[in-house]
Amino acid sequence: MISDMKQFEKKIFALAISIFAIPMTVFAQGATSAINSGNTAWLTVATILVMLMTIPGLALFYGGLVRQKNVLSILMQCLMCTAVVSLMWIFFGYSFVFGKGLSGSTLGFFVGGFDKIFLHGVTISSVVSPAHVPEISFVLFQCMFAVITPALIIGAFAERIRFSGFLLFTILWSIFSYYPMAHFVWGGGWMQQLGVIDFAGGTVVHINAGISALIMALMLGRRRDYRPGKPIPGHSVPFVFIGAACLWLGWFGFNAGSGLTADGLDANAFLVTHVATCVAALTWMVIDWIVNRKPTTVGVCTGAVAGLVAITPASGSVGILGACAIGLTTGIVCFFMVAVVKTKLKYDDSLDAFGVHGIGGIIGSILTGVFASKTVTGGAEGALYGDWHQLGLQVVATLFTIAYSAIITFILFKIVDKLIGIRVAPREEEEGVDIYEHGESAYNY
Amino acid sequence: MKKIEAIIRKTKFEDVKEALLAADIEWFSYYDVRGEGKTRQARIFRGICYKTSCIERILINVVVRDKNVEKTIDAIQKAAYTGEIGDGRIFIIPVEDAIRIRTHERGNIALYNAEQEK
Repeated sequence: MISDMKQFEKKIFALAISIFAIPMTVFAQGATSAINSGNTAWLTVATILVMLMTIPGLALFYGGLVRQKNVLSILMQCLMCTAVVSLMWIFFGYSFVFGKGLSGSTLGFFVGGFDKIFLHGVTISSVVSPAHVPEISFVLFQCMFAVITPALIIGAFAERIRFSGFLLFTILWSIFSYYPMAHFVWGGGWMQQLGVIDFAGGTVVHINAGISALIMALMLGRRRDYRPGKPIPGHSVPFVFIGAACLWLGWFGFNAGSGLTADGLDANAFLVTHVATCVAALTWMVIDWIVNRKPTTVGVCTGAVAGLVAITPASGSVGILGACAIGLTTGIVCFFMVAVVKTKLKYDDSLDAFGVHGIGGIIGSILTGVFASKTVTGGAEGALYGDWHQLGLQVVATLFTIAYSAIITFILFKIVDKLIGIRVAPREEEEGVDIYEHGESAYNY
Repeated sequence: MKKIEAIIRKTKFEDVKEALLAADIEWFSYYDVRGEGKTRQARIFRGICYKTSCIERILINVVVRDKNVEKTIDAIQKAAYTGEIGDGRIFIIPVEDAIRIRTHERGNIALYNAEQEK
């Protein structure tokens, strides 16, 4: 009896607390009503997911595709890319892209402004509208995009680049290629003003990195033991699988987080990202099965990544139909690029950063202009629905990105090669860059 | 005293091991080995099909007294046999001497455990 009474008292007490607590919570929300907690929570999760794409996602994906003697160089490059590019982004990159200080001036064409350097003026009460999320969350979300973009290029020069050369190149490339491109497309630059659709970074991230990858592969030359048409298989297919799975998972944050809001548009981005990726993976498997008589694991992982790349710019503007079409096209074209064109042209894009990211990005960016649907975008429509204007814009943006990225990479390669040298010595390349550049080997017993 | 080296199929390793133990061979070493041969095997990497002649086998290495040579060969040959091309090879190599590190014993006595043999 007594214990029952005690329990009853406890219940009353809990009830009383909850009654008092409710108005207090309401009051707490009222004090910071400018911030939408739902959007903020989702954006924070999305930021974590995008971080997961670089480390460990991309690191394992690329790490599995190189030989044992070079796997640590890939992990290190991805790790340091994360550290260095993040600091750069917070110290001045964010200001260069999203600052407003220089708008209207000539320099303002490339650079947003110097007004937010070291996050000056970005406080805990700064809010990004219309999503009503803290500006700090937005800085971090965008930071992860700045990190993964130069990390994608690693695939092109893997197994033969000096670590110091890589670091300098990555720093300069972020400043002169990523920041201006991000400013053009997201920071209020000319592409955004024209109405180019790039929901999550098809031009800024994938074409930009993919074209740079091609230029780097061409200028750096082939690996000494690479013969066109005779692939050098990676050392760990399970690594490739884990990496591809992390990329697939993280990409939901990449695409579905890019609207900054937790709403139907982001749910749709999630949906079409998944659909396009499944279709591209399936397409690659079917082609592999027909052409080479066997469905391969590395093939399906590659196909999935190609699908993820291609749907990126379109994820905020297409429906399931567009997602299927984009996935199918990418699967076919990327297979052709990687298996046939790369062999014919005899360049050594070690891990197909161009064949997958460059080509996938170009396909996605252009097809966005074909399959954009009014039911998703609320305004712009693609050529499939009779409006050719958007397709024209997408083609212009794509061509501009290709040209801009190629020129900048060419210049930066020359500078870095002159300053510190970018390729390792033949002996180091033969025995593996892990030992010579990092003094470690990946597998000890 | 002879060293017997046998290159066998990976799939036949368990059978050969059991056959050797059944034939009272007390110890042997084995290695994963790769060889080049006429057999070509198709491999696919990112859409490109290429042929490789790299064949994976296990190399068994055992040193036996002269009186045990025939039964060792017999055991390996029976256990490793499938009848298909690629069953492997057995090599017999003379060995000059053997030393047991623990006891400094030399010659045949170093190859087997005398106490257990009794």
